[in-house]
Amino acid sequence: MSGVFTKSMARNIFYGGTVFFFLLFLALTFDTNKELPKRDNSQNLTPQVIAGKKIWETRNCIGCHTLLGEGAYFAPELGNVYPRRGPDFIKAWIQAQPTGTPGRRQMPQFHLSDEELDHLVAFLKYTSEINTANWPPNLEG
Amino acid sequence: MQYKSQAVAKPYFIAAIGLFIGQIVFGLVMGLQYVIGDFLFPMLPFNVARMVHTNLLIVWLLFGFMGAAYYMVPEESETELYSPKLALALFWIFLVAGAATVLGYLFVPYATLAEMTGNDLLATMGREFLEQPLPTKLGIVVVALAFLFNISMTMLKGRKTAISMVLLLGLWGLAIFFLFSFYNPHNLVKDKYYWWWVVHLWVEGVWELILGALLAFVLIKVTGVDREVIEKWLYVIITLTLVTGIIGTGHHYYWIGAPEYWQWWGSIFSALEPIPFFAMTVFAFNMVNRRRREHPNKAAVLWALGTGVMAFLGAGVWGFLHTLAPVNYYTHGSQITAAHGHMAFYGAYVMVVLTLISYAMPILRGRAANSNKAQVVEMWSFWLMTIAMVFITLFLTAAGILQVWLQRVSDTPMGFMATQDQVALFYWMREWAGVAFFIGLILYVISFFIKGESKAIA
Repeated sequence: MSGVFTKSMARNIFYGGTVFFFLLFLALTFDTNKELPKRDNSQNLTPQVIAGKKIWETRNCIGCHTLLGEGAYFAPELGNVYPRRGPDFIKAWIQAQPTGTPGRRQMPQFHLSDEELDHLVAFLKYTSEINTANWPPNLEG
Repeated sequence: MQYKSQAVAKPYFIAAIGLFIGQIVFGLVMGLQYVIGDFLFPMLPFNVARMVHTNLLIVWLLFGFMGAAYYMVPEESETELYSPKLALALFWIFLVAGAATVLGYLFVPYATLAEMTGNDLLATMGREFLEQPLPTKLGIVVVALAFLFNISMTMLKGRKTAISMVLLLGLWGLAIFFLFSFYNPHNLVKDKYYWWWVVHLWVEGVWELILGALLAFVLIKVTGVDREVIEKWLYVIITLTLVTGIIGTGHHYYWIGAPEYWQWWGSIFSALEPIPFFAMTVFAFNMVNRRRREHPNKAAVLWALGTGVMAFLGAGVWGFLHTLAPVNYYTHGSQITAAHGHMAFYGAYVMVVLTLISYAMPILRGRAANSNKAQVVEMWSFWLMTIAMVFITLFLTAAGILQVWLQRVSDTPMGFMATQDQVALFYWMREWAGVAFFIGLILYVISFFIKGESKAIA
């Protein structure tokens, strides 16, 4: 790396390359946004789902669980918990926490109202209907 | 030190190390909760410990980056810092805001914290790594902008080197991409898509510019190799970083509802992401081999070389392991991800900050290098922490492979919790490796207090 290849050439390649690939990234993002409505289940973004997402966030569920594979790896994947367990089980489970079984991982009690539980379930149902290219590989998440 | 105002870096480095200790303590708690599920429950649920663990990491690295900038930029620009007072004020603001946020996590239920801090005005909380309440997020923006103003003004009035330009670009990028943390659409796919503009474009984008600049600065100082050579390398490395890393964001878009062409874009470009890290390893060793002087600070040289190797292993190799879409289909969101995360953060960002602290701290304390005795202890801490991190990563990888096999590949897949019971042995071993890491960290802190004869600044 001496002689012909100078520092200013390296600098120009850096700026040129960065700008080019960032613009390419923006173009792909633009296209992604155009394609998303076919996959992202946004037609089912009801007020209940939106309220449920807020409950999901303000209870920091992501601090233990994954959602579509992102989050903490301490507790089960919940992107497909709706088809795995169904709405009634989900609500009963949340209400029954913590189990208090000695030595077992514990989930806090969040004291959610029936309405809040319905919203959370609506959010999890909406999430499970996003087209995730068949991920996870099976129902266990 | 050459410029009086560089001294403001010192409190930043001290705070960084202090928060680092906190991060590891909470890490040990979580490691134990993985095997003794009800440990400290309900006083300290896992999700709270995790917020503290990851947020402290981010905050102490930011302290490290800012301290590094305050140390490096006056020297690079050959002028005093624009405003040392502003730098010191920002230090206290950032420290108090950071401490208040952590106390909020620990002592206020998260939903209450959200309510108290205006999450209803603009809901930004409850997303991984971006859990901070709105005032904290705004505070980060204010501190970052004031910090950038200070650094930019310093550079404008002095010499403009490639190293300080790259550093500044990285820091501006850090601040700009953080703004996406305020964008939280109801549409979960879009939420996730742009969440990565903070997380990925930080750690696999602009932070690598900061990393490169810090490493290049220390290498110039400790090897005496010609600046032209080192800065040319720096440009080549960061070109490779951004050319692969920007589109490489696509490796997070495989399974979150984005179009499936991302499986191709993400796989191809992120498969190339190890290249800049490999170049960095070659760079560090090459420069040290071609050194024109024997710097008395052997520990700093060790950290610099260690950064090159461990960043390549953690970010490069362990990233590549699970980045191809057909592999990631099985490993996504498993302990493999955790393994990669640990070694990549340690190898790239923790180690580069410790490299700079190792180089700069003795000078800030009025000597070219610490005494031999202190350096030996520091080097022991280097090996202990680094080897412990290798084992943490190996055990998590083993746990991850087993987890993926039992839960996702098998014809009779096990449930999540049943699988966790099966891999508990590896979690235990990870926890012990974590204890070894903590001992290394304590040794590191002790090394600052060891006296002995030190060489005066030449």
